[in-house]
Formats: sequence, C-alpha cells, structure tokens
Amino acid sequence: MKIKIFNKTTKIASASMLVASCLFAGAAMAKDSVKVGVVSFLTGPAAGVFGVPAKQGAQIVIDAINNGTMPAPYNTQGFAGAKMNPVFSDESGGGTKQVGLFRDFVEKQKVDAMIGYISSGNCMAIGPIADELKMLTVFSTCGTPRLYEEKLRSHVFRTQANAVGDSLAAARYIVDMYPNEKNYTGINQNYAWGQDSYKFFELGMKQMSPDSKGSDKPQFPKLFVGQYGTEISALSLDKAKVVHSSFWNGDIEAFTLQAMVRGFFQKKIFVSSVGGSAVDALGKKFPDGIVMGTRGNVGLLARDNKDSLNLWFIGEYKKRFNALPLGPSYQYARSILAYKFAMDKAMKKAGKFPTQDQVIAAMKNIKFKSFTETISMARGGGHQAVHSVGYGLTKYNKKGKTPGAEKVKMYGPECIYPPAGTKSEDWINAGMPGAKCN
Amino acid sequence: MFTGIFKDTSVRILITFMIVLCVLSSLVLPDWMQNNFMYGLSRGLAILGLMLLWRTNLVSFGHALYYGFGAYAVALCQKYFGITDILLRFAIAVIAAGLLGFCLGFILRKYREIFFAMLSLAFSMVLYGLLAKAEFLGSTDGMSISPSTLLGMELTRQYLFYLITFFVICAAISIQAYLRSTLGHLTTAIQDNEIRVEYLGYSVQKAIHIKYVMSACLAGGAGGLMAASLGQVDPDSMVNWNVSGELVFITIMSGWGNILAPFIGAIIFEFIRTYAFEWAPQAWAAIVGGTLLAIIFFFPGGIWSVIEKVFNYGKKKNVK
Repeated sequence: MKIKIFNKTTKIASASMLVASCLFAGAAMAKDSVKVGVVSFLTGPAAGVFGVPAKQGAQIVIDAINNGTMPAPYNTQGFAGAKMNPVFSDESGGGTKQVGLFRDFVEKQKVDAMIGYISSGNCMAIGPIADELKMLTVFSTCGTPRLYEEKLRSHVFRTQANAVGDSLAAARYIVDMYPNEKNYTGINQNYAWGQDSYKFFELGMKQMSPDSKGSDKPQFPKLFVGQYGTEISALSLDKAKVVHSSFWNGDIEAFTLQAMVRGFFQKKIFVSSVGGSAVDALGKKFPDGIVMGTRGNVGLLARDNKDSLNLWFIGEYKKRFNALPLGPSYQYARSILAYKFAMDKAMKKAGKFPTQDQVIAAMKNIKFKSFTETISMARGGGHQAVHSVGYGLTKYNKKGKTPGAEKVKMYGPECIYPPAGTKSEDWINAGMPGAKCN
Repeated sequence: MFTGIFKDTSVRILITFMIVLCVLSSLVLPDWMQNNFMYGLSRGLAILGLMLLWRTNLVSFGHALYYGFGAYAVALCQKYFGITDILLRFAIAVIAAGLLGFCLGFILRKYREIFFAMLSLAFSMVLYGLLAKAEFLGSTDGMSISPSTLLGMELTRQYLFYLITFFVICAAISIQAYLRSTLGHLTTAIQDNEIRVEYLGYSVQKAIHIKYVMSACLAGGAGGLMAASLGQVDPDSMVNWNVSGELVFITIMSGWGNILAPFIGAIIFEFIRTYAFEWAPQAWAAIVGGTLLAIIFFFPGGIWSVIEKVFNYGKKKNVK
C-alpha cells in the first residue's frame, strides 16, 4: 500500500516537474524567438499582385535578418537577438472576420506582434481591437487617413503614409508637368478607398490650381466589375483631359486593356495612383506615357534607385522569386525593418530582451532607414510614418525588356502631408499652410 | 404558450448544454475558445431563425439583411446616441430587424421556393448597396464598436459571454414554446399542404408572416450580439450575399431536428474555420466547403442527425 502511494506521489511530482520545466523552457524560448502574425491577402482578387508579393517581400527580409545576412544598417542577427517565427495568414473575408482572426492570433497563437494588412477597412477594424487587446501591431499598406485622424492609437503603428499624400502628389505632378490642363475627371472604384482618393485629388487640384475645374461626371464603377465600356465612353466624351484613377489589381489591368484599344490613352492624361502592379503584369503591352504612382518611392519607381539596400532587395527578390518586387513587397519589408529597428533600440536601452511596452516606447517617433529613403514616424503621435511619394511616366525599357518610368518626380513629406495634429481635409481647405515643395 | 416549457426535454437539454459550456469556458478552456463559443452562439441565433423558415420549406438567401441590419442598428445607436449598454443593444437590434421584417413580410409572404429565396437575396443586396455607398455609414470600411457596458458598468468578456448565453437560452426557449403552440404546429402543416391548412380556417400568409418576423428578430439579435462581441461592423462581412450563403450553409450543416442544433452547428463551424485558417491560409475555403460536401453526402440530416443516432442507439437496441 505504502509503495503504491509512494508511486502515485512520485508520478505527480515528476509530472508537475515536467510541466514546470516546460513552462520555464517557454519563458526562455521567448528570448530566442519572436512569433509574429503576418497578414496579407492570400486568396481572392487582391492576392495576385498585392497579398502574395507582400508576403514574399516580408519573407526575404525576415529570412535575411534571422540569418544575419542583411546589409547594413540591419546587419545584426535577429530581432533584439531573437529569430522571427512568422505565421502567415489570409486577410480576405472583410473586417469583421479579420477581427475574429486577430483575437485568435493574440489569445490562441499568443503572438508577440502583428504585422501587415492591406485593406483600409481591415485596418480600421483592427485598430481599436489591437489597442483593446494591447497587442503591438504594425500596419504595412493600408492608406485611410481616418486611422489616426479619428483617434490616436496606443499600440498601433503604420509604416505606410496615408492616402492623402498619394492624391496630393498626383495633383502636384499634374500641376507641375501639365500646367495648361485645367479640366479633370476621375474613374475610381465605388468604395472607401476610391471615394477618398478622388476626394483628396479634387481638393488638392482646387487649391493648387484655383482656376481648374472638376468634371461633374466623375465615374465610380463597382469594385472588381471588370467591364468598363460605358465608363470609357463617358470619359472619352468628357472634355476634361486629365483622368485620375485609384484603380488597382485586376481592375487597372482590365481598364487599361479595354481603354487602350479605343485610343483612350492618346487622348487623355491618365493618372494612376496605385496601378504600378499592372505595369509589371502587362509588360510591354502596357502603354507608355501614363502618369504612374506607387504610393511612395518603391516598386516601379525605385527600379533605378542605387541605394545599396534597394539593390540588395531587388537582387534577392529576383533570385528567389524570379520577379521584381512590387509596391506591397517594399511596404511589408519596410514594416519588418521598422520592427527590427525598434526591437534593437529597445534592447539597447533596457539592457535585456525588451518587453512590449519598451518596444512601443522605442518605436515612437523613430527615423529608420528604408530601401530608398529614411522614413520618420512623425505623425499620429509618433505612430504614423510619412515618406515621399513619387509619380513618373511609364516607359517600357526595350533593351532590358523591363517596365520602367521616366520624368520621375518625388514629393517630400513636408509637401504633401499636413503637419502633426492637423486633419488632412482642414489643412488642404486652409490652403495647405506651411507646405514645402521643392 | 409557456406553460410547462421547462418540462420539455429539448429545453432541458439546451439549458444543461449552455450551463456546461459556461462552466467549462470559465474554468478550463482558454480564452480563444470562449471567443469562438461567443461567435458561434451569436450566429446560432440567426441559424435558428433560418431553421424556423426551413420547417415551412422556405429558404432565405438574404438573411444577412437582418443580421447586418441588427449589427448596424447597434453601431448607429452608439454613433448618434452613445448607447453601449448590452441589454439595450440586444433590444435595439431585435426590434429594428423585427420592424424591417414586418414591413418586408407583406411582400415576401406571398412567395415560395426559389422566388422567396431570390427576392430575399435581392432585398439584402439593396441594403448592401446602400451601406457600401454611404460615406457617413463608413462605406465599405464599416464602423468600429466600443466594448459593451451593463447598467453603466464595464463588461468583461467573461460576463459578455454569460449574457450572450442567457440571451440565447431565452430566445431558444421562446422558439420552442412557439413550436409547441398551435401556430407552431401549423408550420409543418403548411409545408405538407397549404390548401388544406387554408380549408381548416387558418391564414397561411399570416402564419408565414409571423414566422418571418420572428426569424428576422432572431437574425437581427444575432447581428447585434456579433457586433458587440467582435467590435466591428462592415457590409462585406455582415450584409453581403456570401454572408447569407454562410448562414444557409451552417443551417444545412446543423440540421433542423432540435433547437440546440443551430448552436452546435454554428460553434462547430467557428472551430472548423479557425483551424482551416491556421493550417491552410491559402486554401481555408476549400476545407470549409469540403466539410459541407462531406456532411451532405454522409449525413444528409446534418450534425444533429448524428447526435440523435448516437443517443438513440442504445434505446433501439432495448426495443429489439
């Protein structure tokens, strides 16, 4: 009998020791690896040229940092010394579904940070939840200005500047390069991104060229409709020569192909704020002379940039995926860089592996080296990045058989974003006081 | 109508199940499971509404209309009146959806089969179009919803879960009471032979209208609770046609044998989806769809038929 009890006690003791040792191992593990959720569209219409290149861009940088093979200034191994263990997840299904998944990431998978998100709707949905669950979240691509203008966020950072700058830079480019064009119109998808993009383009044009006039028939077709016959006719009949568009993905490709055969691009000055992916997808079929933006100094417009980090990124991307990095690849990779920068900085300050609060404190207001420029988190209480936004004319490089751009103009952050604490719409309507454009 | 309702076996099973769920989730199970239970139970209310209609052979491909309407009612009441009380939220969602269902019911009660399904789909897409185009309603970005309160106090997620369970029990008991009443028995009679029911002196249209409003209330309540537990509403995940499809999907998966079936089905669906997303982020939809196919092929009566078989197995043996 005694022996039996003894046996039972030893069993319980050894079991609890095992559990305890697992727990300790877990605590120690946290210093060798950080688990990070990386969310982008992996299914649905936005996967092809947004979600998948974004994931690939993140993969390259994560692997290089984990192995310590990234060029300076990121040539130290790991994130505060820890290897990143990324968990890639799908962003499709709408904001409400993503909020549910986000809770899963935090409570079930127990991640250390969340990085990603392309859709503005998802960012608006995740923002408040990230603060509520106190989870460090770095948004990579989404552009809605409402994210920080409605409320400052405690746990949420965004390494991509908001959509206001994309539209204002487009307006600047038109005013600078085509000063005689006074009439403009637009074709934008009928949802939050399209509506916002055209609104800020119009507000910008009104300020920068006061005698310009917007068409009373800008087109707002449904998202992902794919057929633009009637809209192309309506735009062709419109006397406005400048046509603004924030189309992306399959929509810009479909529109380009359908408009091209009707000689649309010979008659109009077409300004595309995010169509860069279509230029690569269509290759030499894509018409030359389209005013093209990539939401920053990335993707198509950064192909000739000789920054060593940029050259490395393009080279690695080509080697691994046999393609050129697109805008979202840069945007996701940049978020990873910002995370590393903040982790390392917090580690240095704390002298040991940093806590989440220390990382957040370290990330505020940082200036970190990105692929083509140094980006500062100078808005939204130090949580929102601003960077330059460029536009150029598409020009297919026949010799290298690669798409490219010419007459590229970069607009610095002080030119296209309101000063900290000012709402974009108020700032533009007040005549953009303090804007410094070179 | 409610006399002796607590002696009903289905009600007893339901209450036991919910209590076990509450105890387990507060003592043993991790937080993320509780979240899935919360979503499952909330969505289960809408499934219960669809099950009601299904008993009369009516399949609504537009129930996201009420689901989203309830959710948006909660969001708008917070935006304009600052209402965050969970009791008010639930009441507002149910009443708003019920009123809408009452109005549309006058049209829909005249249609059956595919015409009913398609017309309800059309109505839901009208709401979707309005929401996606209205900038002051957040357009496709939707609106976020702050955590709920109860009588002025902040509500932890634990208590929110208990409250949702409580709402679900109340709603399910009411439905069981309705099904036991004359009006409830009529519904299966209508399915069998409408003309005969008319000859018996009952108005078929009226019976369907009442049922439709109840179903709308349930879906509205589900939307309201979902909005409160998730903290976000947007047209794509609340009102779009694929949401209606998802609700029909879970209804088929659950089976219609019992008032508990929708909740079990909805919870299982949440778990399947959670794991599908985790294991196969690029092919989660195929896993979810494959599950439905498997259920239709192997268990045409839904998950409930499996549960019934398991529990009746012993009894049948005794009879023999």
